[in-house]
This record gives sequence, structure tokens and C-alpha cells, in this order.
Amino acid sequence: MALLSKKDANLILDPLADNNPITIQVLGICSALAITAELKASVVMAVSVMFVLAMGNVVISLMRNIIPSKIRIIVQLVVVATLVIIVDQVLKAFAYELSKTLSVFVGLIITNCIIMGRFEAFALGNGPWKSFLDGLGNAAGYGIILVIVGFFRELLGSGTLFGFKVLGDPVTKTGLYSIGYENNGFMIIPPAALIVVGIIIWVQRSRNRSLIEEA
Amino acid sequence: MAINTDKNSYTVIFAVIMVIIVGSVLAFFASGLKPKIDENVRFEKQQNILYAMGVNNNEGSGSVDFIPTTEVEEEFAKYIKKQLVVVGSEAKEKDNAYLIDVQKELAKVKSGQSAELPLLVGEKDGKEYYIIPMYGKGLWDAIWGFMSVDSNMKVQGVYFDHKGETPGLGANIKQRFFMDDFEGETILDGNSYVGVTVAKGNNDPLNNDKEDNQVDALAGATITGNGVTAMIKESLKLYKPYLETIRTK
Repeated sequence: MALLSKKDANLILDPLADNNPITIQVLGICSALAITAELKASVVMAVSVMFVLAMGNVVISLMRNIIPSKIRIIVQLVVVATLVIIVDQVLKAFAYELSKTLSVFVGLIITNCIIMGRFEAFALGNGPWKSFLDGLGNAAGYGIILVIVGFFRELLGSGTLFGFKVLGDPVTKTGLYSIGYENNGFMIIPPAALIVVGIIIWVQRSRNRSLIEEA
Repeated sequence: MAINTDKNSYTVIFAVIMVIIVGSVLAFFASGLKPKIDENVRFEKQQNILYAMGVNNNEGSGSVDFIPTTEVEEEFAKYIKKQLVVVGSEAKEKDNAYLIDVQKELAKVKSGQSAELPLLVGEKDGKEYYIIPMYGKGLWDAIWGFMSVDSNMKVQGVYFDHKGETPGLGANIKQRFFMDDFEGETILDGNSYVGVTVAKGNNDPLNNDKEDNQVDALAGATITGNGVTAMIKESLKLYKPYLETIRTK
């Protein structure tokens, strides 16, 4: 990448795999479980978090020298909350159906540990450009897991992807359903996401043994 | 930076300025987007009401398909002939009665105040539909809906929605296979308004018996189902005096 120096590129690429916020740092699990029953909701959530995290990182980074350290955490909270409310209002105005599906979880981005974690660990000590990339990278790492989980849960749970019936129609028994296939209702409920995330962690660690912590 | 960011006065000034800036940014967004958000809410309500009187884009027996938001306002004006508010056995017309917050009105009834209960009269193919808004509670949170009856007090259609019922279980009250069962059921048992019960021990899973005031319950969603039953009963109790005046005997 000529556009970014190697160090900058790593800010984006690291969180995608070897330092993934969900599978390695195990942050942001709550929303990963809650909203991944459908692929569409996963994608919107990923984009929303990306906006909030990248913008928030930049804002915090710009203010890092003037933030009074005593109220540091509150300032960070105010910044996230503001951005989240903006996202929530925009979704309500332009993607109403979707905002109903995501319902409280957009609001809960405020409490997403990844965001406060990156503000505190990165944006307070680095410049705006680096912070922007870091925010983008971490949100993408979070998003990629959300999309993978959403893909399997929607496919196995409802037989659809983005709402399209890819496996045939379960009511009129076409496609796969004509030979006796049934949707797995378990995939719809949140515990299934935990299992899918668990499998992703397992696959990732068995491919890259250096990620396994000493017992 | 020469500023001493540890001083108390600095902290206070910083906090004040931050709150002012954030407050104005949010106020700007909120007021800018409010008309659009209100419109979405209104369209949704119109879609739900029309759905309950059978005006929808449903195909086959699969998913719930509303009139698209782009056409809903026109269709709503076409099918909804009268918007009433019911007080006891009296009803008077009121513009945009469908926008009345049923939850608030029901709370007024509970506390003994006079309430304005909205009732919509729709007309399709020369037949009149009386659409009753409902509001109640499910297992986790609020449930609400609309039920349309004809002058024989037979259910013509329903629409249910919920705020946070369990996905795959209670959340299925807004699915076709549950809502379609209500069609044709009578809400009368003799002369009393008993509504339609979501019944577990109903030996009629195909719902052939339309006179039994029962539809088949959802497995694993007992409390949501009971909530639906109670919601229908509660509403009918309030609308009964007026329904009695329009009922063909």
C-alpha cells in the first residue's frame, strides 16, 4: 500500500485478524450475540460502529491535550453518546424498518467496550490520522466477525441471506426443503451466536498457534 | 500546551463548554430529522391499520407485506372513511384520530378520567370494517395491535406488533401463521363480548371452528399469548357500549 506507511497499514490490518477485538480481546461480545440473527442488521451495526469509533477516535485525539484528566472518562462517554444519538436519529429517519430491528442495540453502542477501550488505549495518546485508522481497523475487525456470525445464523436459522430465500421456500417446500431439510430454530436465538463465535475463535487459534495463551 | 489542565476551574469551564457544544449539535440533528421520523411513525401506523382490514400486499401464505410507504397515505385516505373517538356508547368524528396514543388513553381509563378511544371505520368492496386499536403487555414488554370486525362482530383481520418479545417464540405474534387464524372468528359468545382467546388446549389446530372464540396458541409463548388474549378482552370491554349500537342483531 503506497497510500499508507507500513505502520499505518498495520493499524487497520492487525485488528482484522491477529488482534481482533471480538475473538482475541473478547470485547463487544454483547452486541455480537444480540443483533446477528440477520445479516442485514449485522452489516448496519458494523457500519454504525465504524462511524462512531472512527469519528470518536478522531474527536478524542484532537482534544487529547485539552481534556482535563479528572473528567477524562466522562468526556469520552459524552463523545460516544453524541455520535450514537446522531446515528440512531439518522437510522430512524432513513432506515426506519432497520432501526426497529436494531432497536436498543444502537443505543447500546455507547456501552460497547471496544469503543471506550480504543479511546482510552489509543486515541488519548496518538494523533488524529492514526486514531482514525485505528478506529476504522478495530470497527472493521468487529464488523467482520458480526458479518460472519450473521451469515451463518441467518442461513442456517432462516434459510435466507439479506432476506432472500436462498435455500428455497420452507412453506411451499421447494429447493432444499423438498428433500426434508428444516431450518434450525436454535440459530435464531442469541446462544447460537456464542457457539458460532466460539467456533471462529477455535478455527483462528488452531491456524495460528501463537495466539493461544499459556495455561 | 501551557494550560494547566489539572486546575478545578479549568475542568469546570471545559465541562460547561463541552455540554453547550454537544447540546447544540444534538438539538440541530433532532430538529432537522424530526419531521422525517414522525412521518415514518405515521406511515407505519397507517400500514398496520390497513393491514388489519385486509388491505395489504400479502401473497400466498408466507410473509407480511404492507402497502409500500410511498402509497400508504393515498390508500389510507381511500379506505378509511371515518375516524371516530368513542366515549361510552357515543362516537364523534375527529380528524387524525388514528394518531391518538392508545396507551395514554387506556391509562386515563384506569385512573378513572374520561378518555378518547379511537375507532376507525374502513370500507372495502362495499363492506364496513370497524378497526379497534389495542394495547397490552406481553412477556417482556409492550404489545399492541389493531383488530377489524364487521357488523356481525366477526374478526376480519388483525395486526399485532411487540416491542421485545422473544425472537422465534413470542415475537411470532406478528407472523402470518398466527394472525391469519383470527380471520373469521367471532368475538361474541351469545351476547357477551368475550373476544378471541389464544388457547393452548384448543383441539382445533387447523382452526376450522370459527365459533369457538379460540385460536391455536404459539408453542413456547404462553405468556405472550395470554397477553394477546387479555389485550383483546380489555379493549372490547371499553368499546362494547359502542359496538353494541352498530351490531346487526
